[in-house]
Amino acid sequence: MLKGLLKLTWVEIKIFVREPMGVIGTVGIPVVLFLVLGKTLGKKMADSGAPPTVLSSGLAIFASIFIAVGSVLSLVAIISIYREGGILKRLRATPLRPQIILSAHVIVKLIFTAVTIGLFILAGRRYFPLDLEGSAFSFGAALLITTISIMAIGFVIASAVPTARFAQPIGSVILYPMLVVSGLFFPIELLPTAWQTAANLLPLTHAVSLLKGIWSGGAWSDHLVELGALTLNFVICIALSAKIFRWE
Amino acid sequence: MLGRSVIEVANLRKAYGSTVAVDDASFEVREGEIFGLIGPNGAGKTTTMECVEGIRRPDGGRITVLGLEPYKSPYELQHRIGVQLQQAQLQKRIKVWEAVDLWSSLYPRPLDGDELLEQLGLADKRGAWFMTLSGGQKQRLFIALALINDPEVVFLDELTTGLDPQARRKIWSLVTGIRDRGKTVFLTTHLMEEAERLCDRVAIIEHGRVIEIDAPTALVEQHCPERSVVFTADASPPAGLDSIEGIESVSVEGFTYRLEGRGEDFVTRVIHHLSASDIHVRDLRTVLPTLEDVFLKLTGHGIRD
Ligand SMILES: Nc1ncnc2c1ncn2[C@@H]1O[C@H](COP(=O)(O)OP(=O)(O)O)[C@@H](O)[C@H]1O
Ligand SMILES: [Mg+2]
Repeated sequence: MLKGLLKLTWVEIKIFVREPMGVIGTVGIPVVLFLVLGKTLGKKMADSGAPPTVLSSGLAIFASIFIAVGSVLSLVAIISIYREGGILKRLRATPLRPQIILSAHVIVKLIFTAVTIGLFILAGRRYFPLDLEGSAFSFGAALLITTISIMAIGFVIASAVPTARFAQPIGSVILYPMLVVSGLFFPIELLPTAWQTAANLLPLTHAVSLLKGIWSGGAWSDHLVELGALTLNFVICIALSAKIFRWE
Repeated sequence: MLGRSVIEVANLRKAYGSTVAVDDASFEVREGEIFGLIGPNGAGKTTTMECVEGIRRPDGGRITVLGLEPYKSPYELQHRIGVQLQQAQLQKRIKVWEAVDLWSSLYPRPLDGDELLEQLGLADKRGAWFMTLSGGQKQRLFIALALINDPEVVFLDELTTGLDPQARRKIWSLVTGIRDRGKTVFLTTHLMEEAERLCDRVAIIEHGRVIEIDAPTALVEQHCPERSVVFTADASPPAGLDSIEGIESVSVEGFTYRLEGRGEDFVTRVIHHLSASDIHVRDLRTVLPTLEDVFLKLTGHGIRD
């Protein structure tokens, strides 16, 4: 079965790379945008004498989480397309277990998330000196946990949205507003109290908080609430999608 | 030819909401035969087949395939059967060899993929993307995937629907080839000609009910015993046509005669009569009823209505 997982993952990577729009959209455009932004903004900030690190720490997390959400949305899209086209059903009429089929897609998305973020860091280093205070390894681990937890939300969306055409838009409508109140753009303390409570119930809020903490050198033990929330989110979403998932 | 039964279906029932797709269907498929489930669109063929393949859960009834209960041991079953689904696609940009290679990796003792592609006439398409294949090539690839694990039973659902006649004929010879290699084939089709050409036995299904099961020729024999002989003779009208045993009507149009009668020997009798009366026959053909006529007789409407 492991052989099947590896083969399927490798095939899906090749297929992804063959789709020009997919690669340009998920890897190319963000990196190019970032480079352009860096050239103009980075230079301006250097001229004005503002310490560039103020922006860069926010920017690294900002970029990471956007890339992660983007990957989840494309996971949602691909699962809907595969379902609509009968590809999931065809794969299912083999000894492949359903979990293996979905895992292969998750692994592919994780790999491309990592590649995109890696390119970002390489591209941005010139303009935004990274002020990573924690270890890169810890940040990578935090990002992995975050992404997997958001992917579980993706599974619920992919299970609930019947047609491929609406999968990505509906996914965006759910995930991006969550992002707005997550504390990524402004501290959630600025929100009205009721909103703060709501924001604290959303998984992305905990994701942002965890990433910020680990980035600035915080200890894992200081973030048990976030880890708990993300794990809980994962468990609930996977259980829910296992219940409502349709193969065709 | 009368092998043990490899598929047994008893009182199968499956409904989608209030639509009853399969209603109390029972039949068995024997080792080494090509068994066809035939009927119009919406009759419940695909639903029945998918229940037997273990990818759809029946609401009631009992199914055994190679001694296994499909929905209870789907993975064990998948190792021993090969499946071609009616409405399936592969990833648009997967290459033919990659699909075959992926499928090979899922089974313990796969056949040689390249050899299989060669046999199915896909060798020169090895590196082609799935989306660039023609309808017939896609179906042949799906046959390759269904055969890669050297299965004991092969399931083919509406294999030639939407193909042109030439591609269809090519697929037909592939299917008889599968049986000749000792496999059991369970197929569905709404094309009566296909069923007549390929199947050793057929089950006619309508509105989710199996209404007849037998060899195509036996069904025609039983339900449509009428035979017609049409011939064109030179000038003089042959005498005594009315006295041929089993004859029911004679109609004449110019020099063309149409004799209708019934009985297995009717055609032979007509030929005997014509040669005995020593007349010059320019042309002679027989018109035999087909499965299509059987279907019409049993259901009161044509298969395409
Ligand atoms: N997934 C489904 N959901 C709801 N109804 C279905 C589904 N699949 C088939 N049906 C209905 O069940 C009946 C039998 O369909 P099907 O088994 O596909 O027949 P066939 O293969 O003979 O054309 C039809 O009325 C069809 O509309
Ligand atoms: Mg069908």
